[in-house]
Amino acid sequence: MVQGLSRLKESASQTAGPYVHIGLTPNFAGISGVYERDLGTAMVNDKTRGERIRVNIRVIDGAGSPLKDALVEIWQADAAGIYNSPSDLRGSADPNFTGWGRLPTDMTTGECMFETIKPGRAPFFDGRKMAPHLTVWIVARGINIGLHTRMYFSDEETANAEDPVLMRIEQRERVSTLVAPRDGDIYKFDIHLQGINETVFFDI
Amino acid sequence: MTSSRVPANRTPEIGAFFQRDRNWHPPAFTPAYKTSVLRSPQRALLSLDNTLSELTGPVFGHNILGELDNDLIHNFAGPGESAIGPRILVYGRVLDERGIGVAGTLLEVWQANAGGRYRHKKETYLAPLDPNFGGCGRTITGEDGSYCFRTIQPGPYPWPNGPNDWRPAHIHFSIFGHGFAQRLITQMYFEGDPMIWRCPIVRTINDRRAIEGLTAALDMEATIPMDARAYKFDIVLRGRRPTLFENRIEGN
Repeated sequence: MVQGLSRLKESASQTAGPYVHIGLTPNFAGISGVYERDLGTAMVNDKTRGERIRVNIRVIDGAGSPLKDALVEIWQADAAGIYNSPSDLRGSADPNFTGWGRLPTDMTTGECMFETIKPGRAPFFDGRKMAPHLTVWIVARGINIGLHTRMYFSDEETANAEDPVLMRIEQRERVSTLVAPRDGDIYKFDIHLQGINETVFFDI
Repeated sequence: MTSSRVPANRTPEIGAFFQRDRNWHPPAFTPAYKTSVLRSPQRALLSLDNTLSELTGPVFGHNILGELDNDLIHNFAGPGESAIGPRILVYGRVLDERGIGVAGTLLEVWQANAGGRYRHKKETYLAPLDPNFGGCGRTITGEDGSYCFRTIQPGPYPWPNGPNDWRPAHIHFSIFGHGFAQRLITQMYFEGDPMIWRCPIVRTINDRRAIEGLTAALDMEATIPMDARAYKFDIVLRGRRPTLFENRIEGN
């Protein structure tokens, strides 16, 4: 016998279900007066540094229909590439930028639109710079454990070409599933859960 | 947001998170839970050692909380009114896999009312709404990872999956730890509920111990006599690797 390691097991995930809005965006669900505003709806204010952009996200199922009951969260660095988190020891992030957003997809169109700024480049763990990206997390009815992916920017071709995460994708045609095309100030990111265009999801 | 969860005398942890045990969690494709069939990725996930994007996460200060946020019996009720149903306290700790309390964790909960009815426009169950029950609450863990909220015990309800599938009584939990890679949503079940083992959503989990880990224990020592019973529900988030002797590139 040896000493035990005394580790615990992570609590098992369960689906967020169809009523996730009640807990995470109650005002959106019509439950007003409990919280002043839904968390994560305002990422920027008038003083936020960086280029203002909008990000339109849809989550599309294996039959080609956008999910109308999904909840999407994004997490990103500020314009200088610093995360607004105590675990980023490289400096202070823009105090006028939270870096975190949360939105439900629209119950009719299946779309959600984040108003944010374009992030700067943060380092990979070996020091190489990653291309600007958003970390994206998706939950919904029928999704048993939250899905992690990333959104990169179509107008960052040089940075994307040397991004250490994108370079890890063996099937090169799948890289494009993580790159959102730009139209004006809107990036459109369609996340495909299944099929020929299935988005690359991460085990992080 | 403030950095109140990290006391001035403590250095924030920056180690990578323990690998997620994908055999412990439910798989994506679980055909007995029909909605998962078209919503489950089919390709292998791309494994990625944590970068700053996953190691970091936002901080939620206690200043976001309202006085009744952790009191679902009263936070939607009219003046002098309260929600109908068995009154309970739910308490416990948020720990990581090393057994360390996770301070400053944002817990958001939602649930059906005592009749098993949600306050949601897509809800179609015939049980009535309770005019004094909204169904959402939130709290932030203290220095030792502890939390507590007050609510009513939700009812079981039928749902359209099989022709006669019922959910056991449950409370949904969203848990926001320190790093975005720890992000987790799960459900809490109640000790002794015979519906747990019949539920296709519960049974997406293959390991019985993992289901038992989501089942809160009745704790008669934590009750408020003549007022509310208590259930203890501890939550475990991914642990963090030590960085003491790790080679880190300058500036990383």
